[in-house]
Amino acid sequence: MSIDKSMNVLIVDDYKTMLRIIRNLLKQIDFNNVEEATDGADALAKMRTSNFGLVISDWNMAPMTGLQLLQEVRADARLKATPFIMITAESKVENVVAAKQAGVSNYIVKPFNAETLRGKIEKVLGHA
Amino acid sequence: MPDIQMPVPNGPEALSQRLAEIGARWPATQPEMVADVVQSVLASMRGDLTRVESSLLNEVVELGRTIANARAEIAALQVDDITASHIPSATDELDAIVAHTAAATDSILEVCETLDRVAGTLQSDAAGVLQEATTKIYEACSFQDITGQRITKVVATLKAIDNKVGHIIATFDRREGHPPPRPAPPEGSLLNGPQLPASAMDQSDIDKLLASFD
Repeated sequence: MSIDKSMNVLIVDDYKTMLRIIRNLLKQIDFNNVEEATDGADALAKMRTSNFGLVISDWNMAPMTGLQLLQEVRADARLKATPFIMITAESKVENVVAAKQAGVSNYIVKPFNAETLRGKIEKVLGHA
Repeated sequence: MPDIQMPVPNGPEALSQRLAEIGARWPATQPEMVADVVQSVLASMRGDLTRVESSLLNEVVELGRTIANARAEIAALQVDDITASHIPSATDELDAIVAHTAAATDSILEVCETLDRVAGTLQSDAAGVLQEATTKIYEACSFQDITGQRITKVVATLKAIDNKVGHIIATFDRREGHPPPRPAPPEGSLLNGPQLPASAMDQSDIDKLLASFD
């Protein structure tokens, strides 16, 4: 299944450095339409006013965490089918389980490499 | 019984003398019987003290010594410095590390983006090689996020220690005398290490200061 790389991608992280890194890695694999948000609430507001084909979000953010964002997205009739990848330093089993229960599409633990990111995106969008 | 209030005699001879006195005062009393009762009470007390009370008493005495030592050691440590100066200073230093690594990472990423732009203009295999290199730099730069989170946890731990130390100070507030003054460092106040941004001079400040001596 071919992937539409012109889709809008929303990246969410409270560390500007990480947003910049993910944006550049996405650019290297030809995703050029990338929007940024610095926490869950910011991301949700952007999702409700635009169309995104993929969300890549950190977990540990305030005031709304990545998990809360995911729950909001999955509870929203218009947004619930959006592919959602969590990229986080939270690597405990209970975190992964909670994210899965909330409906995460995939989960990347920091620090991550470009190949992992590319692979997860292909997997998620291939099954979207 | 006024003689009960008198100092208690010590030793077997004193005990005999005491029993003789009691016998003279109350002739109907059999001194041997009194001695037996006293011996019995003493024996039972000695038994209890050895097995339970004595052990407990030793523990209490030891506990008292430990508390006294802890109090003296805390006084000698000048614990006020920990909450007033050391921990706030340590957390400021850690915050500065986060800020400096973020700034350094930004600079690295900026250069990386320039290299990516250049790679986009190349036609040869060099473009691919260059992009592979920048990808590795991007990956490596994610350390800043991880170290930032770790340092945030350390700061939280330091603050928890600060609270505990504050609690200990409140508990052992009564100091056992004043600790001796600390010796001055050999180089006086010149060994301060890097300054925090708020109190640091930048190169232009230093240039101006040097020029003011001319």
